[in-house]
Amino acid sequence: MTDQSYNFAYLDEQTKRMIRRAILKGLAVPGYQVPFASREMPMPYGWGTGGVQVSAAVLTPDDTFKVIDQGADDTTNAVSIRKFFEKTASVATTTHTGEADVIQTRHRIPEEPLTEDQILVYQVPIPEPLRFLEPRETETRKMHALEEYGLMHVRLYEDIARHGHIATAYAYPVRVEGRYVMDPSPIPKFDNPKLESPAIQLFGAGREQRIYALPPYSKVVSLDFEDHPFDPSKAPHPCALCGADDSYLDEIITDDRGGRMFVCSDTDYCTARRDAGHLGEQAQ
Amino acid sequence: MYVAVKGGERAIDNAHGWLAEERRGDPGVAELSLDQIREQLALSVARVMGEGSLYDPDLAALALKQARGDLIEAVFLIRAYRTTLPRFGASLPVDTGEMAIDRRVSATFKDLPGGQILGPTFDYTHRLLDFKLAADGGTPDAAAEAAPDPAPVPHVMEFLDREGLIEAAPDRGEAPRDLTREPLELPADRALRLQALARADEGFTLGLAYSTQRGYARNHAFVGELRIGTVAVEMEIPELGFAIEIGEVTLTECETVNQFKGSKTEPPQFTRGYGLVFGQSERKAIAMALVDRALRWEELGEDNVGAPAQDMEFVLSHGDNIQATGFLEHIKLPHYVDFQSELELIRKLRREAELRIAQEAAE
Repeated sequence: MTDQSYNFAYLDEQTKRMIRRAILKGLAVPGYQVPFASREMPMPYGWGTGGVQVSAAVLTPDDTFKVIDQGADDTTNAVSIRKFFEKTASVATTTHTGEADVIQTRHRIPEEPLTEDQILVYQVPIPEPLRFLEPRETETRKMHALEEYGLMHVRLYEDIARHGHIATAYAYPVRVEGRYVMDPSPIPKFDNPKLESPAIQLFGAGREQRIYALPPYSKVVSLDFEDHPFDPSKAPHPCALCGADDSYLDEIITDDRGGRMFVCSDTDYCTARRDAGHLGEQAQ
Repeated sequence: MYVAVKGGERAIDNAHGWLAEERRGDPGVAELSLDQIREQLALSVARVMGEGSLYDPDLAALALKQARGDLIEAVFLIRAYRTTLPRFGASLPVDTGEMAIDRRVSATFKDLPGGQILGPTFDYTHRLLDFKLAADGGTPDAAAEAAPDPAPVPHVMEFLDREGLIEAAPDRGEAPRDLTREPLELPADRALRLQALARADEGFTLGLAYSTQRGYARNHAFVGELRIGTVAVEMEIPELGFAIEIGEVTLTECETVNQFKGSKTEPPQFTRGYGLVFGQSERKAIAMALVDRALRWEELGEDNVGAPAQDMEFVLSHGDNIQATGFLEHIKLPHYVDFQSELELIRKLRREAELRIAQEAAE
């Protein structure tokens, strides 16, 4: 049931138009952070206001919508955002990756490969990959304009010198189409290879007022060095429930004596595998 | 057997139910009415209107009630509501010179046309808890009231301006940009900075202003004038071809007179800081004027001493309490995935370090 006191998908048409223009600009300049006049949403900054605004701007009444947080459809904030669009846009919703036209995500890319008919919308906390090297926006915009990315490579090198590895495990920076260095949002680096995708990928940062995008099949390279190639590692276990050894795993603490198990973070992927008869060690 | 955690939806519904119960408190105690909040917690209402950027005392009272008295939460409710409102147009600039004055003090002149009017101020109260209020406040006796003086109350700055003692502040005739409709791009001009400061968190603004007084970009501020009262809001109606009054708002305006500047070609002049906020919020208005003045260091040819209050990007990026509280509090949302990837990385690094130490010990 749609709440008639608000426009379709909550935002007014002028605002959605403004956001769509930013999205189109983002698609035209892959990886470039487009400033947009982010609105105050009825959920707090940090809860996915950027993603929600992007989803509101791209959803049509015929779309089927899926929301995940940490890979799961039933985490509280995913539930809350799904309910928001059920109420304000009365779109159909699903938990099945394959059935969704638009997927809004926080911190994960679904395991099931996406298709050309899908849009993946990311919630982004800090869109600027250079932010923790240089806190000033005026400076980082200049650095992007001049392709001055040396500082980032120095940081990665310092990690190797200190720890023997690049000590970035999530929000691992990428270079898009050989031009812009981009923050893929705090997805685990395990997900980075999936950034090269047939789907449209849109990134919304509400508080920071930025939108950026990856058009389908964009070249996305995780930053690395010849002698320290990028390594999308994950926990060296199969999923305890579905037995998958190719999915990203959450670690669950099962007792206070050091007991733990590893299960798929992508709940839809895990359920589908179990329904198809794949069983892990602890499945019954 | 392990069953993955489900039931986020039910948990949310139940949490909302509990919240509603807690908001109401003991049902044996009479419920607060919006009228009570608006009339008796007027300074909270003013702050919510100011930082919420929406002048509506009834809605602010509702937000305060719904937010259980949490001011920032109430500001958030107002902001979220505000964005959904259509824009019919812009009012004419309000004329604070024509303000119906409740309070007007100048720290720079002992007496002046229009006089010093203390108004309803805490300034000279002794901060002793009034236990009579706890027992039964009752209705206080009506305060003494003078007949309204129809004489104009000119701005103090005009006296200084006439002598050329204060920097000129001409109307540049430019429509200011709208912070709530365009992304903030830096550097921001003064009009935009003032917009941001007017809705900035009172505590943040106060802290920054205080830091300038303690020497982090000190600018020797005098309160030239602080005035509180109501002004008419007028709007041009295209169909009519003239402006009509559409309502009135209570404002607090603070103009500071600050240390002067001068050069070989220009004689020394005092400089200005400006603060303007909804309702009676003089702490915020004064703080805003001091921070405004500190941010003007560049145009006034002062040194950047590296003080936080001089740093436009720092001030404008961190003054909004709705942005700040959202980002701060979001770290309580699930971060299992990021944390898991860090866990794996740190275990790997520790494994390698232990191996290295063991090898070194063996050698």
